[in-house]
This record gives sequence, structure tokens and C-alpha cells, in this order.
Amino acid sequence: MPIQYYIYLSLALFSIGIVGVLVRRNAIIVFMCIELMLNAVNLLLVAFSKMHYNTAHLTNAETTVGTEGQIFVFFIMEEAAAEERDGLAIIVMMFRNIHSVDVNFLNRLKN
Amino acid sequence: MNITQILFWFLSVLALVSALMVLLSKNPVHSVLWLIVVFFAISGHYILLNAQFLAIVNLIVYAGAIMVLFLFVIMLMNLSADTEPQKNVWMKLAGTIAGGCFLISTCNIVYNAQNVSQEIAAKTALLNQGNIGLIGNLGKVLFKDYVVPFEISSVLFLSAMVGAVVIGKKEKSNV
Repeated sequence: MPIQYYIYLSLALFSIGIVGVLVRRNAIIVFMCIELMLNAVNLLLVAFSKMHYNTAHLTNAETTVGTEGQIFVFFIMEEAAAEERDGLAIIVMMFRNIHSVDVNFLNRLKN
Repeated sequence: MNITQILFWFLSVLALVSALMVLLSKNPVHSVLWLIVVFFAISGHYILLNAQFLAIVNLIVYAGAIMVLFLFVIMLMNLSADTEPQKNVWMKLAGTIAGGCFLISTCNIVYNAQNVSQEIAAKTALLNQGNIGLIGNLGKVLFKDYVVPFEISSVLFLSAMVGAVVIGKKEKSNV
């Protein structure tokens, strides 16, 4: 499958994530759109890793070129899991204090 | 068109449509459910690329752990379509235009690149074969070359857990 198709797909998913962060005011939806952007990047990394493997394995059948890309995706997933736990804890605390998940209320931080 | 290409297009359309539905759903619970569909579609893409380990990890970590946590938090807050805060129309329009401009400009870069260079246009991602994505290869690399980052990420997990507990703890009133 041509690599351009994967690039277009990832760009579309990433743009949907960006629009979500800009358009929605619910903090949880904003958070989910960030996860969507992370996943678009992950998909592109895996596609690129298989692209490099595709060129390398023509000359050497035993090559492991491209493994690093998939390791990187694994670490991104771990990081996303950790980040998401703390983020949800912050959202829960915010809801407890102001009884809303509207991100526009966060300008009250200045008081 | 063989079965692999049909699956590729099906999964791509599924991912894009459900990603749009994440945005368009008024009810946050529906958004979470659509996001789970997106993750399943992306896992399908990983399987097509023969990255089986990542496909399973994606399902377990994202669709399993993270999305359940999201659902729990939403149910805890008792959110629904009625309590959903809405931005005004102009802000929505501005956000959509900004995202659309990003999409058009980046797609244009890719399109021009493949017109300029035949080498780039001929690059393909290997589907269905290649064993770099299997757990044997990834496990060897992870525990040989990437042991230190792996252990550091476990420390990161521990600190994230401590952070979540500290943040989520109920404050004593009138301290």
C-alpha cells in the first residue's frame, strides 16, 4: 500500500483531533481528541517503520530495520496511559471544585 | 482490488467516520464509544501492517484501560447531552477553518513531494508480511537495547500513579 495513503489518513485523523480541541468545551472531549492525535501519530510511525523495512528487506531478508519505530510507538502508548491518568485526576478535581467540565471556567484560576 | 486493499479502505473510512462522530456527538458517553471504534480500526490497521504486538497492546491499553477509565469518570460526573457546554457558532466555525487549513496545507506538502520525486512516490508500506512487528523480535530489542528506557517508563508509571492519588485526594475543608 503506498505510503501516501497512510500519511493522508494520519493527517486527517490528526486534523480531526485539532478541530476537536478547538471546537469542544467539554474538558473530557478535549482530552479524548488529544488521544486521537496521539493515535494518528502512532499509526504513521508504524507505517513508516514498515516502509523502511520494505526497502531494506529486498537486499537482506534477515534485516530488522524499522524495529525502533515500533518500540517508539510502544513508549508513546505507555506515556499516553500515564498522562491520561493524571489528566483525568485533574479533571475530577476540577469538577469537584467548580461543578463543571467547561474549560472556559478555568480562567478563574487567576483568583 | 484484493482483500487487503478492501480491508485498508474499510478500516480507513471506519476510523475517519468514527473520529468525526467523536466530535459531533452531543453526549460524552457516545463520544467515548465512538473513540473505542476508532481504536479498534487503528488496531486493524496494525494487524494489516503485521504489527501484531502493537495491535494487541493498543486494544488492551487504549480500548481496555483508558476508555473504561473515561467511562467511569463520565458516569461519576453524571454528564449528559443536557449539561454539555456549547461554544458559540463563530468559535466553532473558526476552529473548523483552522483545522481545515492545517489539513489542506499538510496534504498539499505530501502531494507536491510525490510529484517532485519519483523515489518518494514509489515508497510503499509492506502489508501482511515481515516479522519485525512480532513479539519475538520486539521483545528481544526491548530487553536488550532499550532496557533503561523501559525501566524508566515504569518509574514514570509509578510517579503518575502517585500523582493521580495526590491530585484526586479530597482536600480537608477550611485548611
